[in-house]
Amino acid sequence: MAIVVDRPKLKWWEHLYLPALAKGLRITLGHFFKMLRGNTKVTMQYPEEKWDANLPDHYRGAPALVTDEQERERCVACQLCEFICPPRAITIKPEEIPSDDKWAKVEKRPKVFDIDMIRCIYCGFCEEVCPEQAIYLRKDYAITGTSREEMVHDKEKLYEIGGVRVGLVNKWNALK
Amino acid sequence: MSDEKPDLVDVQIDGEWHQFPKGTRMIEACRQASVEVPHYCYHPKLTSPGNCRMCLVEMGMPPRPHPGEATPEADENGHLPISWMPRPVIACANTVAPNMGIRTNSELTEDCREGVMELLLANHPLDCPICDQAGECTLQEFSVEHGQGESHFREQKVKKPKNVDVGPRIRLDDERCIMCSRCVRFTDEIADDPVLGFTDRGSHTVLTVYPGKELANNYSLNTVDICPVGALTSNDFRFQMRVWFMKEVKTIDVNCATGSNITVYQREGQIYRITPRQNNDVNSDWMPDSHRLNFHWINGEDRLTDPMVKEGNSHRITSWQEALATTADKLAGIEGSEIAVIASASMTNEELLMVNRLVKHLNVGHVDTVPREGENDNYLVAADRNPNTNGVKLVLGLDNPGSQLDAIKKGIKEGRIKALLCLQENLVDDAGFDGETLDKLDFFLTAHPIANPTADFADVVLPGGCWAEKSGTMINVAGRLQRLNKVIDGPGQTLEPWEVVRDLIQVTGGGNGIYSALDIFKQLTEEISEFSGLTWGRIGDLGLPLIETGKTIPLLEREKERITQGLIVG
Amino acid sequence: MDWYIILAATIKIVVFVFLVTLPLVAMSVWAERRVSAAIQDRVGPNRVGPAGLLQPVADGIKFLLKEDFTPNHVRKTYYWLAPALTMIPSLLTCAVIPFGSKLFGEKMVIADLDVGPLFVFAVASLTVYGIVLAGWASNSKYPFLGSVRSTSQMISYEISLGLSIVPLLMIYGELNLGHIVMEQAQNGWALLPLWGDGLSIKGWLLSIPLFISFVVFTTSMFAETNRLPFDLPECETELVAGYHTEYSSMKFALFFLGEYAAMIIGSGLAVTLFFGGWSLPFGWLTPESVDAEVPFWHGLIHLGAFFAKVILFILFFIAVRWTLPRFRYDQLMRLGWVVFFELALANVILTALLLMWLK
Repeated sequence: MAIVVDRPKLKWWEHLYLPALAKGLRITLGHFFKMLRGNTKVTMQYPEEKWDANLPDHYRGAPALVTDEQERERCVACQLCEFICPPRAITIKPEEIPSDDKWAKVEKRPKVFDIDMIRCIYCGFCEEVCPEQAIYLRKDYAITGTSREEMVHDKEKLYEIGGVRVGLVNKWNALK
Repeated sequence: MSDEKPDLVDVQIDGEWHQFPKGTRMIEACRQASVEVPHYCYHPKLTSPGNCRMCLVEMGMPPRPHPGEATPEADENGHLPISWMPRPVIACANTVAPNMGIRTNSELTEDCREGVMELLLANHPLDCPICDQAGECTLQEFSVEHGQGESHFREQKVKKPKNVDVGPRIRLDDERCIMCSRCVRFTDEIADDPVLGFTDRGSHTVLTVYPGKELANNYSLNTVDICPVGALTSNDFRFQMRVWFMKEVKTIDVNCATGSNITVYQREGQIYRITPRQNNDVNSDWMPDSHRLNFHWINGEDRLTDPMVKEGNSHRITSWQEALATTADKLAGIEGSEIAVIASASMTNEELLMVNRLVKHLNVGHVDTVPREGENDNYLVAADRNPNTNGVKLVLGLDNPGSQLDAIKKGIKEGRIKALLCLQENLVDDAGFDGETLDKLDFFLTAHPIANPTADFADVVLPGGCWAEKSGTMINVAGRLQRLNKVIDGPGQTLEPWEVVRDLIQVTGGGNGIYSALDIFKQLTEEISEFSGLTWGRIGDLGLPLIETGKTIPLLEREKERITQGLIVG
Repeated sequence: MDWYIILAATIKIVVFVFLVTLPLVAMSVWAERRVSAAIQDRVGPNRVGPAGLLQPVADGIKFLLKEDFTPNHVRKTYYWLAPALTMIPSLLTCAVIPFGSKLFGEKMVIADLDVGPLFVFAVASLTVYGIVLAGWASNSKYPFLGSVRSTSQMISYEISLGLSIVPLLMIYGELNLGHIVMEQAQNGWALLPLWGDGLSIKGWLLSIPLFISFVVFTTSMFAETNRLPFDLPECETELVAGYHTEYSSMKFALFFLGEYAAMIIGSGLAVTLFFGGWSLPFGWLTPESVDAEVPFWHGLIHLGAFFAKVILFILFFIAVRWTLPRFRYDQLMRLGWVVFFELALANVILTALLLMWLK
């Protein structure tokens, strides 16, 4: 059933629109003068004011790779993050760890690990899916660059952002 | 099967009654009834040792009454009641019996599966993130379906050798091995190279290669395919790409006349691996390593990507228009009888029909293909290393391919042949042509996927798609018509070979209404009686017998023999 | 002394048009953005220079540096001509508006014409050609619709605009804007007859038609300048950007500046006609006559008073824009032809009757 809303019958002075104009001006000018008096609460003025100190623990910033306290790169290039990544921002090329390496028993590591930060949507799926606790979303959010190439974080950059993370499960310990 | 009606028995599977021929294994009966029975060691092409215990099912037979008890009565369909046995049986090594009952979803069966899974996983390293089998691992699949999710095992896992070289193409990880013995049986029964075996006992059992030997035969990589876990991995494919990223295309192998059915795995235009695809009339479940690994050149450095014309001593990249226009210019002044065409027996029937058209259109004097003969390895590799020699005979109409080559060589040397069109062939390496001969030609054109030595002498070099970049049909050694399917797009300006030949016809003044390889196949069905009534769809994934050649594939013959002996299911 | 007149005129043109009006245009863009931001509880452009005051400069540089893109499907000549035709008439009207009384013994008006308002209307009506050409030459549906709307709208409202000031001219009996301002300075502004001869029954009675005139004039001015609530020629929600959809870079900037220049000239005209132009209220610092000498600092104050009034009027323009929603097109035409045209006509008759009765 359609609801019929009757058009209000306007009085002659309402037809002039002037009272409505005055009313409208009162509202807009009210806001204007409130702002002039400094009584309006406005948005954070970004580069000067920052939210960094108040970032919540679950804040999702730039994804980064971490090493553990044994200085082992945690990523074993299983490519699950590449698979789960909704915007397909991650590119991994795996390689075999050479037999003379300290961590040769891990067998596999990423040769190339690129995250295209132009594509990344900070969803955190990569962190969630990682079976090796190797990728975490850090609190870095000001990811900028002047070229597309600059916006692609390579393996080195990702470890630089990620740093060392302690207290993770050490699956590849001496017994394994 | 003979004409007489096979001896059928009634079997109840999960409450439904079915009929199977006597002697059918229970696991096959379940498969035919679309009931999955998880298994590791069972493989229809190998004997069944029954050592993985994963296929345990609950089984029942009609009760045998004590003396004096009433005999059980059949219901209206003639089925007797079933009394279930308290202990499960393995479905892979037992055969069905009249009025047998099988329960694959009962509590007992589920308990058995959970128990077996737990024991199999007790020593498993759980290194799925680095394991190449992840994604196509039956251990992963069944632990999701039948696993408990948690282990009762609190002790240290047994340490076993990892990353062991067992052969030039295979890596072994003993911790992942679940002792199904498929690889052991394959090397023994199929490849006749029994180098694998188990040593030690209990949870310390390891798969090893016989001291001083290695798993190096030409069929070794099939063990990787049949390994249900990631214990055996291919060095070539190791750590290259996760299986879930790759797209699979069903096609056929072109390295010999057998035409093994294969699945090609590609991602973003790059081929990563090839595995055999089951076709009991061609290659069973197997394929030779040499053919399986012969694909890296497709994405290699020396692929031709653009048409080129010769200027002085070097080639210049150009457009198709210019390359074809140059060809038309050069051919215009040459009589048909002074032109020779050398096509290839690796071309599809469709391409060969186009070559046939070109030959007739230009009234070409000499046509031939290059034969490639090798040893028949008595398994799957045929002596004829060209995939479509039968197609050449049937479609191009050459009775004896290769017999004209010497005449062409002589003709060129004597100046009777002034132009040579070489399509998809390498004359210098494979047909014994030398530069001196080829330089005598007024005009020489080659179309080939890679920059081979022959191209150095060519006036016009055209890039043609390779086998993975085209669609068509081929006829194998046994006369079976099979489909070749396009896996990836060709690089750069590459065209499919049939398009190259079509353009050559058009640019020399011939017309045709052909827009796809499918159009050519339609013309094939109209012009050649053997093809009449066929479509690509009817050929299907497994192909159709087309002509009688009288040749057989040795491995298949032995397989048939073992089936009749009852050793394997087949 | 011909060279002296030419020199004085050149200086006045350079100073008033290029050093005052054009920067004022730029500043009004800035003001528009800051005021609209404040009205909407935002901050607005505050990054470039102190309080964002250099934002117009940045915008200007951006307009100059952007690619000047000419689409393939346009009529090149007219496409290029249109922006100039929009901008130039707006600036031309500056000629007759008195900015102040006198400075250095010179009248602060570029051309002291005796037909000031008529000149303004004549020149301002040329603006419509720019818009028509822009819409037609763009060869694209949105600009075309925009320009058709704009043409009919501007022609419609020009009538009431012209008629609305007839009562004023009848009352002052004068077409020279300088003289009209002097009259108001001495005898009370048209809308505030609070001193001099204005402070009488006659003055008060005559302010009734003048008020009607003012309302009709201001509203029509909104319509003429294509600003909200009458911005149908370029309404974003329906026509992308109306007649200048296909324009970019400096050519777009000319349309944009033309609109603001028209707004400033309109404000200047309204101030001149209804608020006593450069004069101060209550006859303060008013010279004896049009030709009387004015002390230097009086002249400066008069200049300041004029621009202060203009700026206030511009702020009013801005406030209205951010207050009112857009009219529907049929409402716009009805308002123009049925209400304002008749009202202005009736107002003329009313003024005539009043003048006859009060004589």
